[in-house]
Amino acid sequence: MRHGVARFVTGFLALPVALYLFYVVWPFAQAAGYSLTDWGGYSDRQQFVGLDNYVRLLSDELIRKAFWHNVFFLVTVPLFTIALALLLAFLLNVGGREDRAGIRGVFGSGLYKVIFFFPQVLSLVVIAVMWQQIYRADGQGLINGLLIKIGLVDADNPIAFTNDPEPFLGVPAVLWWLLLIAVWSGAGFYMVLFSAAMQSIPKDVYEAAILDGAGRFHTFFRITLPLLRDTVSVAWVYLGFIALDMFALVYVMTPSQGGPNHASEIFASVINFNAFQKGQFGYACAIAVSLAIFTILLAALQLRITRRERIEY
Amino acid sequence: MSVSPDLNRRTLLRRAAAAGLLVTPAAGLLSACAGSEPAKNDDTGGAKSKDNPFGVKDGSAVKVVVFNGGLGDQWAKEDMAIFKAKHPNITVNMSSTQKIKTEEQPKMATQPSDLVMNSGADSMDRSTLINEGAIEPLDDLLTAPAWDGEGTVADTLLPGTVSDGTQNGKFYVVNVAYTVWGNWYNAALFKREGWQAPTTWDEFFALAPKIKAKGMAPYVHDAVHGYYPRWALMAGIWKSAGKQAVVDIDNLKDNAWKADGVLKALEPWEKLVKDKLLLPGKLDHTQSQQAWLDGKAAFIQVGTWLKNEMSATIPPGFELTLSDYWSNPGDKAAKDVYAGSGEGFVVPSKAPNKEAAKEFLRAILSKAGSAKFAELTKSLASTKGSGDNVQDSALASANALMKNAGPDLISVKIWDFYADLDKESQNLSEELMAGRLTAQQFVDKMQAAADKVAKDSSIKKQTRTA
Repeated sequence: MRHGVARFVTGFLALPVALYLFYVVWPFAQAAGYSLTDWGGYSDRQQFVGLDNYVRLLSDELIRKAFWHNVFFLVTVPLFTIALALLLAFLLNVGGREDRAGIRGVFGSGLYKVIFFFPQVLSLVVIAVMWQQIYRADGQGLINGLLIKIGLVDADNPIAFTNDPEPFLGVPAVLWWLLLIAVWSGAGFYMVLFSAAMQSIPKDVYEAAILDGAGRFHTFFRITLPLLRDTVSVAWVYLGFIALDMFALVYVMTPSQGGPNHASEIFASVINFNAFQKGQFGYACAIAVSLAIFTILLAALQLRITRRERIEY
Repeated sequence: MSVSPDLNRRTLLRRAAAAGLLVTPAAGLLSACAGSEPAKNDDTGGAKSKDNPFGVKDGSAVKVVVFNGGLGDQWAKEDMAIFKAKHPNITVNMSSTQKIKTEEQPKMATQPSDLVMNSGADSMDRSTLINEGAIEPLDDLLTAPAWDGEGTVADTLLPGTVSDGTQNGKFYVVNVAYTVWGNWYNAALFKREGWQAPTTWDEFFALAPKIKAKGMAPYVHDAVHGYYPRWALMAGIWKSAGKQAVVDIDNLKDNAWKADGVLKALEPWEKLVKDKLLLPGKLDHTQSQQAWLDGKAAFIQVGTWLKNEMSATIPPGFELTLSDYWSNPGDKAAKDVYAGSGEGFVVPSKAPNKEAAKEFLRAILSKAGSAKFAELTKSLASTKGSGDNVQDSALASANALMKNAGPDLISVKIWDFYADLDKESQNLSEELMAGRLTAQQFVDKMQAAADKVAKDSSIKKQTRTA
């Protein structure tokens, strides 16, 4: 390295690295430290208890329940969001008629792009509050009101939505209703992400395929999807993070933040309960640390599995 | 007590961060509450006198945080004026919020406010505060002279206020409001229809078909917040099985939930659900209260803050009237009323100006302060005679109910004592109201949950004697 460059680089990096260490890495370490204590959160008294919190965590029924609910979201949120986003992106970019001008999206795709992206500009809480009105569990709710009017739902037995613990395909109904919101609010962003990626695929590849007689189905599965592999894989990891969170929706939309009767309990709601209601910050930190480890492992695994040679156009 | 769990984005994000959003789990916020130097308390103080029993130092400042929920915060500003009239040289920094826990908890271990109204859905767990030594015992406030009356502060309080604020033999929480719970109905409607307000479950079940015939549901409930139906269930258990049964439940005594009368108190609720006497739909507290005001249901059970909370949408001619929870023949304490003090103030142990905080409490509990409280909130204050000069039908029916009350006030501690049982009892109450549990299953599951807490060594045990 030329003389002075090292100093130059260090000068630029020192401050951000220091900030990062202090505000991100240090709290991380502190949380790990607290997870080995019985700290209650309201005083400066704490006792070292070793790995007790972690041992306790393994036999906590609530955590087991929360774990499976998070696993449900982990599978479904990325799957449905990516599927929907891919479909929309495909239709908006290459799904339309092909004519002399080349490949294009369906009619009015510019407008659709704005509409589908719209949920992304709303804060999650706004979304949750809005859906509370849509999901309102009597005749005044948007969905219930409509379905009761056209006679599909009995006025004496309206859909309970997020107040419904009855299993559907083995999973409490409340989770499916939350999933719908998560997919609705997330699909727009990934649609834009995939659109950008699709636009970087050269048009002549498509034109060649069409000349060879490939229909939309084949163009999508044989050309678009394989060439989007990298983007989809990144999206999968991001959506995995979102699926392991889901706190805002559960907190705002479900009865007693994880109900009814624990039917929508997730890691974050269990952490919230232990730290802020039960006053067991040490134990809550242990759950948070476990969740962090779980997340990192998952992301590593995910990126490992999907790693492949890059295709250069 | 009367608070909708509403949210704003900032709080939610903060809460989300605290609860461990993946990338930076709990850590960020947790570290903010990490222990450090305790605030230095300079104990020089001012001279003590009858007008200044705690020796508040002239020229000092006191920070007061008020919960701005169903009762608003105007009454607290009136108290501030009363305080300033006696202590013009003490600066009062008053702020009001709905997010008590979110804003105050992180400061508790280092630099807390002097006086905090720990109330609402976002309040700090009381047992934790006490177990961690985070709040100050206030027994000297009780023995201090009253602000503008005869005797001590304790003499001015309504029955139950001292014991409601007492834990482990010390007085920690100063409740300023007094609430009466029961079944509400519209007296004007009942008069028009010639219906008699029931006092027993049998009378209710006899009246229910007549109400249904008018196209009205006999009962509506909050299906979202489990602590709403729980008030009614626990009041029923007290009436049916007697005070000792509830004391045993609170003390986690073996088979307390299996005591005589507990099941009997819950069976009418099971029947009410099974007979489809509830308004269909899963409404929350304000939605269900509005449905009741709209005449969709005849009865709703809730506390006396109802009128203040719904004041904007009460139809003209609607006479909100409170009646006692219904009882069964053979109940052990049918006349006992569910009433008690609520909206509690606490003084953090590390508050820099505890003397002024206690002095401010004395002003809140003054005659002038409590009268303003009742006038502005249409709720009783926890001091005697606060509502004497307020004209209001809802308040009058609550007063009448208190006059005919039995010897004991119904009070339940279990949800203050144990967060686990708080959550479990809320969940199971809603399950019972949704018809997914029978009364018997409710009892069995509560017993199992109580046994689990009793065995859990990480949970500090509490006891109540009265």
